[in-house]
Amino acid sequence: MSAFAHAAGGNAAVTHQDPPARRRSWATWLLLLPGFLWLLVFFVFPLVQLFTVSLQSKYPGYPGYYYRDVNFGNYVDALTQFGAHFGRSLLFAGLATLFAFLLAYPLAYAMAFKAGRWRNVMMICIIAPFFTSFILRTVAWRQILADDGPVASTLNFLHLLPGGRITETWVAVVAGLTYNFLPFMVLPIYASLERADHRIIEAGGDLYANGFTTFRKVTLPMSMPGVLAGTLLTFIPAAGDYVNADLLGSDRSTKMVGNVIESQFFKVLGGFPLAAALSFTLMALILALVFVYIRRFGTEELL
Amino acid sequence: MSTIAPQSGSRSHGGAAYRPSTWRRVQSWIAGHVVMFSALLVLVYLFIPVAYTFVFSFNNYRKSNIVWNPQGSPTLKHWKDPCGAPGVCDALVTSLEIGAIATLVATILGTMLAFALVRHQFRGKAASNLLVFIPMATPEIVLGASLLTLFVQGFSRFGLRLGFWTIVIAHIMFCISFVVVTVKARLQSLDPRLEEAAQDLYAGPGSTFWKVTFPLVLPGIVGAALLAFSLSFDDFIITNFVSGNETTFPKFVYVSYLRGIPAQANVIGFSMFVLALLLVIAGTLVNNIRKPKV
Repeated sequence: MSAFAHAAGGNAAVTHQDPPARRRSWATWLLLLPGFLWLLVFFVFPLVQLFTVSLQSKYPGYPGYYYRDVNFGNYVDALTQFGAHFGRSLLFAGLATLFAFLLAYPLAYAMAFKAGRWRNVMMICIIAPFFTSFILRTVAWRQILADDGPVASTLNFLHLLPGGRITETWVAVVAGLTYNFLPFMVLPIYASLERADHRIIEAGGDLYANGFTTFRKVTLPMSMPGVLAGTLLTFIPAAGDYVNADLLGSDRSTKMVGNVIESQFFKVLGGFPLAAALSFTLMALILALVFVYIRRFGTEELL
Repeated sequence: MSTIAPQSGSRSHGGAAYRPSTWRRVQSWIAGHVVMFSALLVLVYLFIPVAYTFVFSFNNYRKSNIVWNPQGSPTLKHWKDPCGAPGVCDALVTSLEIGAIATLVATILGTMLAFALVRHQFRGKAASNLLVFIPMATPEIVLGASLLTLFVQGFSRFGLRLGFWTIVIAHIMFCISFVVVTVKARLQSLDPRLEEAAQDLYAGPGSTFWKVTFPLVLPGIVGAALLAFSLSFDDFIITNFVSGNETTFPKFVYVSYLRGIPAQANVIGFSMFVLALLLVIAGTLVNNIRKPKV
């Protein structure tokens, strides 16, 4: 499962080039066609459809009915009414990504360099919690962090909890996001560390760099493709998530864009166009951030 | 880590054997074990809610399984009757069926794409890679919302109702990209000389593929299938959008959350976790025994 490392297109390791044999083009198309058709019909086409919905207007006097239009008012509504939710989504996702990185790196590093034959066992331990269902685990966190639960009561006893509670606050939401997307941070970092040439790291030590300098100047740069993929695979789903805010957060002060989209779709009559506009705004924001991020930390600067 | 220290030291020290000082060795010992220790702490952190789920599967609760019932002693009754809560086993079976179908189709389609993207030269390759990458870079809620509009507005006229098959379609869609990426990584790390050797030994293209290439790529394909299954089995957000009245296991847990999740869900959740552990451990053992000597 060294898969994720390639997610952001980062191939740092030595890859073998194919023999330059000319393949028959009909074979290529036969291989490509089914998968691409699936992605076109069930990914590209629905996005186009969602975009047209985001431009629709309501029939005045008929709640729940809209007509085809080119109305950017939904986007204006999305940004003016729900700006705070967008801010929260990006902020919470950013914090969760940072914390996940801090937790994931030592684990990935230990797996790649220290674990020896325990490596596979550790890998299994990271993936296996998926099978308990992340909803069950998030609910478990809610009970663990609850007001009368072990964590909150201990902190309260020590007078270390200013607000008196953890659940229903942004702290719990960020903690939940960090927890749930941690494996998506660990696996790509591990994959890029594992494929890194260990001799280069040893050379750092041979050239009298101390442990920390070797890490900062050699190991960390070599793992950057994995860090890049990991941060993307953590930040993007975290920014769109609504389950953590729903189960761990409160009604008002911790709702994210995902919660708004979900309720506009399912609970508000005629909410489809606004929900579609919110979805596209979220996607545009994320893509813009990702683009800036890749430009800043992308592979050219790492070499 | 620096196992070749003596040789490299002798170069720069003019023949004197290089030994790291005692202080340096103590330092590196501590450094090494700090990393391992914090890694273990993170693993424990990953397991805390799983352990909680396990413990509360023995809760002898009266109304809802939220707080531990101090009067009732721990009970095995939920383990003896895991289907006791209405709907929980139906939801599990639905999830397993969807996972199986989605994994099968996504693995086949994704593997084909990966072969084409790595082994074939064609125009529009960069765009194709982008098409595979973007679904992974799209928030799940956007995928779910767009599929819902498609199914409600576009496909209902073909008689496709929200339910089992719309979930399957959605899961195949988001699993394909992860399969492609996993199999691609494996294909790119293959040594092409193995296939050249097979051809030098007069193997035709068919037998080269089935006797050399495919067995070498197989671990990647198996890994991809496992990943696809776990993503499908654990998916809630997209499923919630396209499921209609169909209930998968995560949806069952989410819906029953307000009334209190029955302990049977804990039993099933924890059993799936153990099952996954055992399956992967068994797979690793088999793989170690039959490891090809190349």
